[in-house]
Amino acid sequence: MTRQAHLAAWAVGLAALVMLPFVYRDPYHLHILVLILIWSFAYTSWSMMGRFGLVSLGHGGFMGIGAYVTALLWNHLGLSPWVGIPVSMVAAGALALIVGYPCFRFRITGHYFVLVTLALSGIVLQVITATRDWTGGSLGYTPNRATGNKLWALQFDDKTTWYLVALAVWVVGLVVWHWIDRSMSRYALEAISEDEDAAAAAGVDVTAEKLKITLISALMTALAGAIYCQYQMFITPDTVSGIAVSLQMVFAAIVGGLFVSLGPTVGAIITILLAESLRIGFGTRAVGWDNLVYGVLLVLFIIFLPKGILGSLLERLKPQRKPSPSS
Amino acid sequence: MLEVRGLVKRFGGFTAVNNVSFKVDQGEILGLIGPNGSGKSTIFNMLSGTLTPTAGSIVFAGTEIAGLAPHRIINRGIGRTFQIPRPFRRLTMFENVALAGYYGQGRHSRAKAEEAAERALAMVGLSTDRHANVDGLGAAGLKKLELAKALATGPKLLLADESLGGLDEAEMDQAADMLRKIRDDLGITIIWVEHIMGVLMRVVDRVMVLDHGEKISEGLPSAVASDVRVIEVYLGTDAETTQAAAAEARRRAGG
Repeated sequence: MTRQAHLAAWAVGLAALVMLPFVYRDPYHLHILVLILIWSFAYTSWSMMGRFGLVSLGHGGFMGIGAYVTALLWNHLGLSPWVGIPVSMVAAGALALIVGYPCFRFRITGHYFVLVTLALSGIVLQVITATRDWTGGSLGYTPNRATGNKLWALQFDDKTTWYLVALAVWVVGLVVWHWIDRSMSRYALEAISEDEDAAAAAGVDVTAEKLKITLISALMTALAGAIYCQYQMFITPDTVSGIAVSLQMVFAAIVGGLFVSLGPTVGAIITILLAESLRIGFGTRAVGWDNLVYGVLLVLFIIFLPKGILGSLLERLKPQRKPSPSS
Repeated sequence: MLEVRGLVKRFGGFTAVNNVSFKVDQGEILGLIGPNGSGKSTIFNMLSGTLTPTAGSIVFAGTEIAGLAPHRIINRGIGRTFQIPRPFRRLTMFENVALAGYYGQGRHSRAKAEEAAERALAMVGLSTDRHANVDGLGAAGLKKLELAKALATGPKLLLADESLGGLDEAEMDQAADMLRKIRDDLGITIIWVEHIMGVLMRVVDRVMVLDHGEKISEGLPSAVASDVRVIEVYLGTDAETTQAAAAEARRRAGG
């Protein structure tokens, strides 16, 4: 496809998505779509790092910070989410830099990096649970209902508005993904993911490049958490933070396809439909089954389809392009 | 343009480089030779910032660079190749070189980086096709790519690390001529680390010989080649043992 045709296809697809809630109003299905869009954004945020071999299990932490900081500022200080969300993003970004800098400076890579980020997830979850006087602990937390201006409180009653908000956020995620994909930073990060010394010998400031992508990824993930909180109006440590949420991101991104922009979105569609069908089909008997299925599927995908569903499909459709020799 | 004084590198109790001093003049090709483990690569890694010297100073173009991070040193104009080529296989050949052109030259503009990549690829005789894959390259091609990456960073001084290992004789001659051409056409000063003495001697202006981390000889190729100490430590040991073994064999056959 030429570049114009490509852009046209995106524009048509986007227009169709924008019009959808005006012609199709089933609230349950819209609800599922909103969830898919929000989680797609979160998974896309994760894959910003993941696609360059920076496997983080700390993103549950960033998402939790986004959700809880926004809600706490609203409830306790009456600070609008329009202010609270940027504050929560800055908080998550700061934490990302604090954890990332020593990791990157002292060359903590691969498994060791995964372990450090795993600890980050756990710590954020523990902090939320431990400060239960403020956060409600594991029982969860609800932002106060707005009494005045709904827009100021970023609380909407109708699904259509939420659908459009989620769609906008999702589009932002894709735009950032493409922006990075076409930047020189992608070259640098691909190089770093293969060989840090050789990348440095090409003049790349390895630490700075890794910090940049980590910061972008963390900011976006916090935004996902905040939007999720505003939409659901109820958060618990387990649904927006912790290792389970981090693992869910890894799973969805890998299943959908890490190296293509819509891969994480495909991953979100699969994971959310899977969770919903298990919930509807088996009810409370199936609590936790989705995690079991995720685990099994993750192993199968890493072995047989490491580029994910969308990644492998696109590759098959484009046989003339030599496969990129990724792991 | 480069002045190294009292360079020392210790790894724990082992001294890999011991008090080495040398100078490189603008436009010169300096050969750096020595047996395995003599400290050649360690010196290279200190010059390029991969290792921090235990002691000593490295002054490049008037400023001290010892202990600077590799990317800063590259951006000051010292490019390097690795002994074993280290291409980025996730990138195309062109992207490999454009990356170096961008990050190695102060990240000015993508267009400039791509120009630098085209020039560097053409210089070493590789295709400037934007979609060509690294996987198609053989040993000689990978060495060329390595060199193109270093050239794209716009070096004033090029550190070429054993760039001929794994090549046949024709390819070796080609590569040696390439280094000379880089010096003659682009005015880039070169330090060339090499095992293969013959080809090196033909191209370099001056040779420095290392043994056990110390400089044992330095001078014109012809003078160094006839230096007794050099013959002893670098060429001699093998020759002696071979001769001794041969003599032993003859004696046995005769007796």
